[in-house]
Amino acid sequence: MADDIETLRSLTLAGVAAADDLRALDALRVHVLGKSGALTKKLKELGTAPPELRRARGAALNQLRDELSDAVDTKRAALERAAIETRLQSERIDITLPPSPDAPGSIHPISRTIEEMAAIFGAMGFAIAEGPDIESDWHNFSALNIPSHHPARDDHDTFYLPGIGNGAPRVLRTHTSPVQVRTMLTQQPPIRVIVPGRTFRADHDATHSPMFHQCEALVIDRDISLAHLKGCLIDFLRAFFGIATLPVRFRASYFPFTEPSMEIDIGWNRKTGEIGGGGDWLEILGSGMVHPNVLANVGIDPREWQGFAFGMGVERLTMLKYGIPDLRAFYESDLRWLRHYGFSALSPAMLHEGLAP
Amino acid sequence: MKFTLSWLRDHLDTDAPLDRLTETLSAIGLEVDSVTDRAAPLAPFHTARVIEASPHPNADRLRVCRVDAGTGEEITVVCGAPNARTGMGAVFAPPGAVVPGTGITLKIGEIRGVTSAGMLVSLRELGLGEDHDGIIEIPPETRPGIPYATWAGLDDPVIEVGVTPNRGDALSVRGIARDLAAAGLGTLKPWAPEALHGPFSPIAWKNETTGCPWVTGRYISRVKNGPSPDWLQRRLLAVGLRPISALVDVTNYFAFDIGRPLHVYDTDLISGGTLTVRRGRAGETFTALDGHLYEVTDSDVVIADASGVVGLAGIMGGKSTAVSDTTKNVFVECALFDPVRVALSGRRHQLHSDARARFERGLDQSLLPAALDAASALIMKLCGGEPSEPVSAGAEPAWRRSATLRFERLNSLAGTDVPQDEAVGVLERLGFALQSRDGAQITVAVPPWRNDIAADTLLDTGGQVDHGRAIMAAEGAGIIEPECDLIEEVLRIRGLDNIPPLSLPGVPPVPLTVLTPRQTRTALARRVLAGRGLAECVTFSFMPRARAAVFGAAPETLRVINPIAADLDQMRPTPLATLVQAASGNIARGYADTALFEIGPGYAEGAQGVTAQGLIAAGLRTGFTPRHWQAPARHMEAMDAKADLWDLLAALGVPMDALTCTPDAPAYYHPGRSGVVRQGPKTVLGYFGELHPAAQDALGLAGHAVGFELFLDQIADPKKKRRAPPDLALFQPVRRDFAFLVPRRVGADAVLRAVRGAERTLIERAAIFDVYEGDNVPEGQRSLGVEIVLQPRERTMTDEDIEAVCSKVVAAVNKLGATLR
Repeated sequence: MADDIETLRSLTLAGVAAADDLRALDALRVHVLGKSGALTKKLKELGTAPPELRRARGAALNQLRDELSDAVDTKRAALERAAIETRLQSERIDITLPPSPDAPGSIHPISRTIEEMAAIFGAMGFAIAEGPDIESDWHNFSALNIPSHHPARDDHDTFYLPGIGNGAPRVLRTHTSPVQVRTMLTQQPPIRVIVPGRTFRADHDATHSPMFHQCEALVIDRDISLAHLKGCLIDFLRAFFGIATLPVRFRASYFPFTEPSMEIDIGWNRKTGEIGGGGDWLEILGSGMVHPNVLANVGIDPREWQGFAFGMGVERLTMLKYGIPDLRAFYESDLRWLRHYGFSALSPAMLHEGLAP
Repeated sequence: MKFTLSWLRDHLDTDAPLDRLTETLSAIGLEVDSVTDRAAPLAPFHTARVIEASPHPNADRLRVCRVDAGTGEEITVVCGAPNARTGMGAVFAPPGAVVPGTGITLKIGEIRGVTSAGMLVSLRELGLGEDHDGIIEIPPETRPGIPYATWAGLDDPVIEVGVTPNRGDALSVRGIARDLAAAGLGTLKPWAPEALHGPFSPIAWKNETTGCPWVTGRYISRVKNGPSPDWLQRRLLAVGLRPISALVDVTNYFAFDIGRPLHVYDTDLISGGTLTVRRGRAGETFTALDGHLYEVTDSDVVIADASGVVGLAGIMGGKSTAVSDTTKNVFVECALFDPVRVALSGRRHQLHSDARARFERGLDQSLLPAALDAASALIMKLCGGEPSEPVSAGAEPAWRRSATLRFERLNSLAGTDVPQDEAVGVLERLGFALQSRDGAQITVAVPPWRNDIAADTLLDTGGQVDHGRAIMAAEGAGIIEPECDLIEEVLRIRGLDNIPPLSLPGVPPVPLTVLTPRQTRTALARRVLAGRGLAECVTFSFMPRARAAVFGAAPETLRVINPIAADLDQMRPTPLATLVQAASGNIARGYADTALFEIGPGYAEGAQGVTAQGLIAAGLRTGFTPRHWQAPARHMEAMDAKADLWDLLAALGVPMDALTCTPDAPAYYHPGRSGVVRQGPKTVLGYFGELHPAAQDALGLAGHAVGFELFLDQIADPKKKRRAPPDLALFQPVRRDFAFLVPRRVGADAVLRAVRGAERTLIERAAIFDVYEGDNVPEGQRSLGVEIVLQPRERTMTDEDIEAVCSKVVAAVNKLGATLR
């Protein structure tokens, strides 16, 4: 190789190595490889070389151009990397600072339980019925086979509101059962509804609130039996508590609007409050076959139709499922309680995601 | 209803253990509330005899007793009781025993140098009384080593069952025994008191009211009243009754034993020779046995003598004719009163008694002569005396009736096959007499104590059912109701746990939509608001009237007549009203920044006073946004409430472009910082804004507070319309900004509407990005920055195209009196 080429090579490579910023590197590149750079010049002058040398010199110059271009590119990349590195070094934040606070909204446990009931009973073919909180005495009592002198009325601690015009006093419904009556008056059997809603009784202590929630269920068909009532309740309770083996016990009882009537107990541990085992029994809801008089009161012939009804306390089931100790806190709207027991808006009750607590 | 195991065994021949009895009671509808086994804590304590009590060598007040506790060995016990003496009978507790009265576990101890291997105990130490004068003394001849509970008759568990309102017959030990026998836990012992006879009674009955179909009684002369015997006192104490005297105790005993309330009069205190059952008269009063004075009404049935009222029928006797220790001659009353009248009288006078509980549930209508004989016999046994012939007025009512059960119906209602013989057996053991039986059905006679079976049906269609249907249904109930009564008896006694459960039939393999559109909207609204950071509350439907009035009217028709507390007397007009209380509570607890919502009822008075209950989603924010280093905290503003409301409306599918906002919100909102949202000219969807300072003052709510209300009932159901394909234009959109000087009276929505209206095909979006008032803006005007987005459809827009649209926009806004800045 000719000396001038070797000199240009070593000088340029030394210059590339020495360049400590992009501008110096680029100046060097222009000086050697630019339009009028040293190497470009030599390439242009190739035609003046003796023909016998031209070929070899041409090859050597092209090789040098490639080598020097690579060296410049490599150096440029290194310098760019170093420049970014330097910039990033100065761009530090305190990653331990708190992010912008999100607002922790929540869904009330009562709403959650009602949603779960709707999901489970919905899967069993139930619709959801609703009715007014202020009812006539007939809807709340008489139609349900509780005439005015009935001892069961004493247990209801009824709130009264003035009658309209010359009408009899109205009541704040003491249970969700009047919606049974409304449903049977407006729909032909077969009927399959649940009725979650507000209920009112004049009772206020650690375990009673003057307002609380019930969820009623009513099934009327031609061949609905007590065995179906048991099956429906077992299916519901096991799904609701998420315990496939939940023990469920049925005891005879009395309600004016059902016959036969049953109280339902579930297995639990009295000491730990754990649902599902432990050998103790906990009464959780009342049920029965719809009383023939109730059917007759709403114009349904009990020779043709029969069915069952049950009612459960929404707060009570919620307290049991989630281990909430105090009833009164449900209505106090203490933000600390609401956040503690509330549910995320993004996790609605869905059967395929499971309803276990 | 309480009873003891031994009392139950008076009527029930059974070898069933206690836990089987209680389990069965609960299963067949007599729910066991408690079982108190008083013997359990007394198990370590036995009878003993003090062989010798000698002075303690080192202590003046102590004695060293050598005790025979029946163990075969002499035990040394150091005792400090003043009554410890040689030869006495006592109660001994060995080391290891837990003393119930003190909770202390006994240990062998050394007291002043003498070893004491146990204790002689007092009643107080056993938890059986307050007597602490000394150790228990029992007769010296008592054999040592008998469990004390057995010796003292305390080894008799007390069972308490809840009796449902239909089961008057189960308010008696005999009734409970009958149910247990029917359930296969033994046999019911016969009960047939001997009829008593004697001379004519000097006291006669006179019946003047339909409230008493039948009344009987007996005079017993020359009785000697005094304390009743131990066994009787013990039973009454066990069931929670205070022994008074033999004569009174006998009546209370039969109320529990056979469910038969009785009353006994001192005849020497009765004026005249006649007791009259009649209506009360206005102004009449009497002093009942509870010592209170009652003013009776003409709706009450009373027992009266010549002097006036001496008893409130079926509820409580009077003081003036009550028996005492000096009573010599008595008259025993055994009557049948109308259950409804007794219930209403009891409710009217707020008077509860064991008699009332039994009368209002209905008594055995045939039992009067036998019960009177049984009670008379016991009185004569305890107090002596000579019985008269019984006297009566009225007659045994016609209680006899029958009921028919079809086996097919039994199986259809139960959902399982019940063997026919089993069903018949249950009914017979319950006292139903078989009248006829074939392969399909049985007819039985209803026993006189079961007033709940095949009773007169009281139907009430409330005028809600047309006549023809009501008649058919009533006819059906007349047949089915008595049959259902029998089915219930068979199934409860057989055990409901014996019916195999069946899942509901007719359920689609995959559930269909459950909720109505309105219910779905409610659920969605809840999630949207919780997702926006508001915490859902559930607050009461009633609230203080004065506070409700702040939110509009507090009408009379929505006032609770008997509120649980004076400040919970008015149905709330809107959940916003109770949310304000909820926020106040949190502020008082030190949490001033609240974000709350509730979806619940608001109650209003509609036309003719009829209540209109609406479903309202209400939200309330108080205080400030959170303090954060990236953005300073700012107090809540009306627009925060509008943002909540807007997000909610959009999520519920309301066409947002069709909404209008007007500044005429109700008076509890700030007049200048609140709005009414309407869809179309009439439909009000909701309100939002800052609360009025005067309203906040009246409600005691401090600080910044903004709220909104959305009337969920006003949201229309979504139209089931398939969505058009999306408009995915091929050309890039173009953005242009304008600044307009706009008179203050012109709302931003009017400007945006004008902008959009200027060129409907090209302007895809128009938005306010800046609002400015102050320097360089003339008084009475403000500067609005408006951004438009143009979406070309057929070709890229040229500068001329864009300019043409901009001119149209400016011209349209100019019409509002605004100018380009």
